[in-house]
Parts: sequence; structure tokens; C-alpha cells
Amino acid sequence: MWDPGGGRSLISRLEAAPTESLSDGNLDFPDKQDFFYSFFVFSFFRDFVVDKRFQVNNREKLPVKLHELTIEEAHRLLKRKEISSVELTQAVLERIQAVEDRVDAFITVSEKEAMEQAKEADQQIAHGHCESLTGIPLAVKDVICTRGIQTTCASKILENFIPPYNATVIRQLRQAGAVILGKTNMDEFAMGSSTENSGFKITRNPWDLTRVPGGSSGGSAAAVAADMCLGALGSDTGGSIRQPASYCSTVGMKPTYGRVSRFGLVAFASSLDQIGPLSKNVSDCAIMLNAIAGYDSADSTSVPQDVPDYTAALQKGLKGIRVGIPGEYAASEGMNPEVLNAVNNAVQIIEDIGAEKIEVSLPHTEYAVAAYYVIAPSEASSNLARYDGVKYGMRDKNQNDMIKMYRSTRSNGFGSEVQRRIIIGTYCLSAGYYDAYYGKASQVRSLIIEDFNTAFEACDLILCPVAPSPAFKIGEKVDDPLSMYLSDIFTLSANLAGIPGMSIPCGFSKAGHPIGLQLMGKHFNEEMLFKVAYNFEQTTNFHKKKPSL
Amino acid sequence: MKITKDEVLYVAHLARLALDEESIEKFAGQIDQILGYIEKLNQIDTQGIKPTSHAISLTNAFRDDEEKQHIERDLALANAPEKEDGSFVVPKVVG
Repeated sequence: MWDPGGGRSLISRLEAAPTESLSDGNLDFPDKQDFFYSFFVFSFFRDFVVDKRFQVNNREKLPVKLHELTIEEAHRLLKRKEISSVELTQAVLERIQAVEDRVDAFITVSEKEAMEQAKEADQQIAHGHCESLTGIPLAVKDVICTRGIQTTCASKILENFIPPYNATVIRQLRQAGAVILGKTNMDEFAMGSSTENSGFKITRNPWDLTRVPGGSSGGSAAAVAADMCLGALGSDTGGSIRQPASYCSTVGMKPTYGRVSRFGLVAFASSLDQIGPLSKNVSDCAIMLNAIAGYDSADSTSVPQDVPDYTAALQKGLKGIRVGIPGEYAASEGMNPEVLNAVNNAVQIIEDIGAEKIEVSLPHTEYAVAAYYVIAPSEASSNLARYDGVKYGMRDKNQNDMIKMYRSTRSNGFGSEVQRRIIIGTYCLSAGYYDAYYGKASQVRSLIIEDFNTAFEACDLILCPVAPSPAFKIGEKVDDPLSMYLSDIFTLSANLAGIPGMSIPCGFSKAGHPIGLQLMGKHFNEEMLFKVAYNFEQTTNFHKKKPSL
Repeated sequence: MKITKDEVLYVAHLARLALDEESIEKFAGQIDQILGYIEKLNQIDTQGIKPTSHAISLTNAFRDDEEKQHIERDLALANAPEKEDGSFVVPKVVG
């Protein structure tokens, strides 16, 4: 049983928490009543008795558990020394222990290191040093190098790999005082849209354990949704942050290419990869991006451009902001009507709170999947050549011929999807095919970028679905790679163009599966996405609904 | 057919993969389907369009050639499947 700091009253702890307008806003919100009713009833029965100590204020009579806190809320309590990072981290570790056998979000939980980091954070706080992330327990996708902690990329070929250095983002998070809880599951080498391609385990969607959490950052999204961390890092090469965020009803952002250092991110497709946050709400996402954005001399593709305070963009009011709606997305084949409906509803809300809606056109959208599945596998086939059984990772020690050793090691170490993409990429880059495939796709990439440039002359950001349908069933697409690839249709373009993209919760299907709204902006204009996302979130309650685990 | 079984085998060899019979059969079909889908790109006339390899225009990132601290040799070798006398060990390469 969780005991908040020896029974001290949580009323004083949280009374200064923002009321987060549960009933403000004049918009008609279709399932508002149902949602609050079911949330309350569910919470009540789950805890059997709602202890009066946990009441936050008159409007929000919900039990507060430490693992359910947002980064912002936890920071406020830590700063006032009403909770400690040790208490908070312990509570989150207990939560992981309680639900991990159902969700399977983590490959490694580094409990001992996390508790040590929490103690350090408490010492910092005792010395009056409490930044936004000091003492906040976060999870990290297992594609980002953590010194001394196994980093597998969910691949058997890296099963025992212990990085000798930290990725720049880890160094930044640690400098900001964050606690690293462990490493989350993913599709092997970030190749996939369901986290089923993991070499170790299948993560389940906390909203429906028979469904995928999305991918490739499925472990991070599931962990955030199931309160197994306060926020998480993911990586996004074609939608790998945004699509799982939408499937799990979390916020997720792929920043502009070059905004966040890729040093220590295991490379998949170097011209498309970008690290970004997954969080419980928009403010937390801005807080996390503040910590990891910026130029890094160790990544020559990071961009030396000033980093604004992203939380300063979280201001009410959308007057004068032009949101572009691309007609091509609604017309896309296989578009689920419930998703379309939820997205249209979200656009209406954003219009109602002051933004101006403009129709835009992204005519080359339908070619994005084809271009991407030439470019990404081509880059991957080159990047993954380094796994040769020599410097790190596994080796087939039974082979005493060099070439046989390479071949046997790689075929035993890589899973099917990784081998499939290496073959496609090698084929597309091979003599006689290069111009027809890689050359052609790179030209189409230019046209896709041009589409965005034209659209952004007329609007400040673009709104569209994240994925054509809500989370699909585990196993449903596993033997049909092309149909899996097509589920990335709305997210790939942002990677090809290098622009920032974000997913925020915007509804649920009748069956209760989350739906996300995608926001895409101009290069280095994450602030615009935060502003619009924040205003939407302030007017709606989708982000507050939690899965019943 | 965009790609035959023999071509899959050849490309797998280039990529240093050893596929078993079952994988070759499966991959040939799936990859053929994917390459068929990629043919879609030929619907677009890209005559005169400059290719993009990188979405953000960057110039070369030069730095001074200075001595810096690097990972210690032992640490760099720590993950090696086989090592000896401060070196990586590989199967015999030359005869």
C-alpha cells in the first residue's frame, strides 16, 4: 500500500496545483459526461475507498498517487519538499512491478541506479537546487546509449552490449537532475510500427492488452500511458514517436531534424532519425524538450540555433494562427471513419478557440511511403553494416572463416524485419538499381519538401491524423510488411521533410481505443505546435483519461 | 517479378546475410511485393528535380584537429566478443 510520506496530508501538497479547468470552456464535448463518470467510478473501485487525504480540491475529487503525477505536478511537490525523489522513484518502480507482467514495456529496469540517482536529486533539492526535471523519474527507449546500462535496440545482436558512454540526451537529462528508470522495449533497431519486432518481448497496449502499443517507441508510449514513468524518450524515423503516442493516448513530439543531438542514438536512417519526448501532457513535453534540445559538437548534423524556452509558448489564445488542413489526408485509402471524425472534431475545437482554418494541399503525400521505404532501408543497410561480430555484440564463434562468421552472426543476430530491410536497402543501392530506386526516391523527397514549403506559405501549422486507424491487434499485420508500412502514411512525410511533428490525444473510438491528432510545423517552430497543442489540451480532457489496468 | 530468389540470395550475400531456404522463399515474395509498391514512384515525372539527401541544409562541420580525451582502450574493448593483448580478435583473413 502506498503511503505518501508517512501520512502527511496531501491536501496541502496539491492545493496549489492548477485546477486545469475541468469544466471551463464552452465547447460541447460529446463524451465528457460519460468519461468523467466512468473515470470516477473506475478510480473509486480500483482504490476501494477514496481516502479523504487524497482529495485535491473541490472539483477534482480523485485519488492522487505519486506515479500518476505529471512532471509539472511532481516538480511542484519536490520543490516544496512535500515529497522526495526517493519516494517518487520508489512509487514508480512499484508501479512498474505491479503492471509490467501485463504491459511488458521495459527491457531493463535499472532499479539500483535509479534509486541512487533519486538520492542524489534529493541532496540537490536539499541544497535548494530544484530544476524542472530534478528528481523526476523518466524512461528511455533502448536505442539510446546509457553508460553502464545494457542498450540492446531490442536486438539479439546487441543483447549484452553495455555502452561505454552516455548519449548526449542522457548526459543532458542527468545534468538536469532526472532519474533514469530503465530502458523501454521497441521494434528491433526501431524498424516497425507495432513493437512486435522486438527480439525479446511483445509490449501490449495498456488500453487493450490484445492490441499493439504502436511502434517503434511502443515501450516508451505504453510506459507513459500506464504511469510506469513520468515521461520517456523515444526516437522517430518515420513516425516512431507519434504513432505509438497516438495509439496509447500520450503526447509525443518529433522535433525538427537537427534540434536534438543524435550522438549516442543507435543509427537506423541517419537523415531521418530524431530523438524526442513522450509525456502525459503538453507542458511536460515542453519541459523535456527544453532539457534535450540544442547544438552538440559531437553530432555534426545538429544545428547551431538558439533554443527558446518551450514552456513560454504555453500561452492561451490562438487568434491569428492559421491551421492548414491537407485534403489529401482525409481522402486517403483505408482511412478509418472514427479517426477522421475525431480529427475533424479536434480541428473544429481549434477553430472555435480562435484559429483560422485554411485548406492546403500536399499533393505528393501518396508517394511518401514508397519514397520512405527506399530511403530508410538504404540508409539502414549502410548503418547496420557495423554489426559484424567483431567490436561488440554477438558473434558466431563456430565459424573460422571471416565471411562465414559475418554472415552467420548477422543472420542469427538480426530478426526478420531487420534482414528484410537490409536486403531491400542493399538492393536499392546496388549497381544498376541505384538511380531507379535511391535516386528517384531522393527526387520525390524534394517534391514532398516543396509541398510543405508551399503549404507553409499559407498556414502556420498543419493538422491531420497521426495514423489511419486506432491500434491494431497483436499479430494482425506481422506477416504483411507492406500493410504495416502503410500504417505510417501520415507520419513519414515529416521525417522526409525534417519538420517537427507532434501527436496529442484527441479522442477514442467506440471500442475505447485512443486516437491522436497530428500537428506539423515549420522547421524549428516547435513553439507553434506547443502553443496550439496546449490550447487544445486546456479545452479538452482526453489527456486525463487513463487506461484501466 | 521485380526480384527473383537468386537475386535475393545475391543481395543477401552482398549484405553478409546467410538466409535459410524458408527465409529466402518468404523474403522473395514479400520484397517483390514491396518493390512493386515502390514502382509507384515512376508515376511522377522527376526530370530536372534535384535529389535531397538531407532535409536541413548543412555545410560540412569542420573542427580543429586537436588531441582530445578518448575512451580508454580497455573500455573500448570491453564489449568485444573476442579480444587478446589489447586488440580485437577476428578469424584468419589472409592465407
